[in-house]
Amino acid sequence: MRHLIDITDFTVEEINRILDLGDSMIADPAAYRTCLSGRILATLFFEPSTRTRLSFESAMLSLGGSVLGFSSADSSSASKGESLTDTIRTVSCYADIIAMRHPKEGAPMAGSMKSLVPIINAGDGGHNHPTQTLTDLMTIRREKKRLDHMVVGLCGDLKFGRTVHSLIGAMSRYEGISFVLISPPELKVPAYITKELADKGIPFREVETMEEVMPELDVLYMTRVQRERFFNEADYIRLKDTYILDPDKLRTAKADLSIMHPLPRVNEISTKVDDDPRAVYFKQVRNGRFVRMALIKTLLEDMA
Amino acid sequence: MKIDSISRGIVLDHIQAGRSMDIYRYLHLDELECSVAIIRNVKSEAMGRKDIIKIDEAIDLDLNVLGYLDPGITVNIIENGKIAEKKHLELPKELVNVVRCKNPRCITSVEGSLDHIFRLKDAARRVYRCIYCDAERSKG
Repeated sequence: MRHLIDITDFTVEEINRILDLGDSMIADPAAYRTCLSGRILATLFFEPSTRTRLSFESAMLSLGGSVLGFSSADSSSASKGESLTDTIRTVSCYADIIAMRHPKEGAPMAGSMKSLVPIINAGDGGHNHPTQTLTDLMTIRREKKRLDHMVVGLCGDLKFGRTVHSLIGAMSRYEGISFVLISPPELKVPAYITKELADKGIPFREVETMEEVMPELDVLYMTRVQRERFFNEADYIRLKDTYILDPDKLRTAKADLSIMHPLPRVNEISTKVDDDPRAVYFKQVRNGRFVRMALIKTLLEDMA
Repeated sequence: MKIDSISRGIVLDHIQAGRSMDIYRYLHLDELECSVAIIRNVKSEAMGRKDIIKIDEAIDLDLNVLGYLDPGITVNIIENGKIAEKKHLELPKELVNVVRCKNPRCITSVEGSLDHIFRLKDAARRVYRCIYCDAERSKG
């Protein structure tokens, strides 16, 4: 039985197979409409996230399966003091696969040690968010027709941004990738990530403005400065508007730049950018549904 | 117990000077009923000064804990007053409930039944990483 806790749980070849399946599902969704009939996905969201939860539920329903679950810890037995591992043991008797989000880092890993069914990490605090990474990889591959030899810029909250951490880990495994990490000093990527990049000999630069690196980027991955990741309000207010992408900043960008964002955005990408053909963040949402379909099917059938 | 001779037990030699009390606590030697001698600041050709712990009983020692605390320690198993076996330690690949994860965002901070598990990430720097949240701990 396989779980998806961290994107590096899968080899590059396994990820490529999931992306291939996702592409097939986009090309011919009708062919997969009943393939998981009778199977149940539990969405256990100990922390609210409408978007990710709906994406998982839409994915399962699109494959003919059913869904059950809860959308906040208040409506689960966690509010009565039940331990996470007891909840997982219980729910794994009701469902064939579990997608879980939890505010504590490592909660899905802890759950996977007790679960009878595959666990998918749907986000654990500021730590990892591997299905967003699958979505991002699928989007980059569909836009660029490759996942190697490119300059990837990541901008915004790189300290707490779990999507950023997972994406760096995943893209690091492809040849010819270099990273440009654009953030205020307070929100730089954790040291363990830059240490790993350095150890692997993967080129990266840390800069504070996107203007100085815009012309060299093939991908620009914007992130939101999330209020809930800050311990105090003053820090949040001081930093939230620091990095806003607008048409003016894009003047020096490549014609085939892909502008990505895990969404939801607040104001870090001006709505004036939405109609730019280089903006692919709404395509990401669509890709997310299909790559989750591919993941669920893969975990239930191929890796069972 | 004569400090210079035990007939059956364990001698922990080559402890860095000043670290013997840490070892004593981590190994829970205070819970033993047998005699335990801590000898501090012994002259050593190789180390200058060293500490030694002598345990007057053949206890089941957690070598993983000891290897994590100080892989330079030599464990001498004493039988019939002589060294029957000399064990050299190495950094353990995995630590289970030896150290606790200090990351307040880690699931282990709220889920009391979980083992605190760290895996060796970088032997040269003696860095361990929490298997749940990836927080690092180094033993310098």
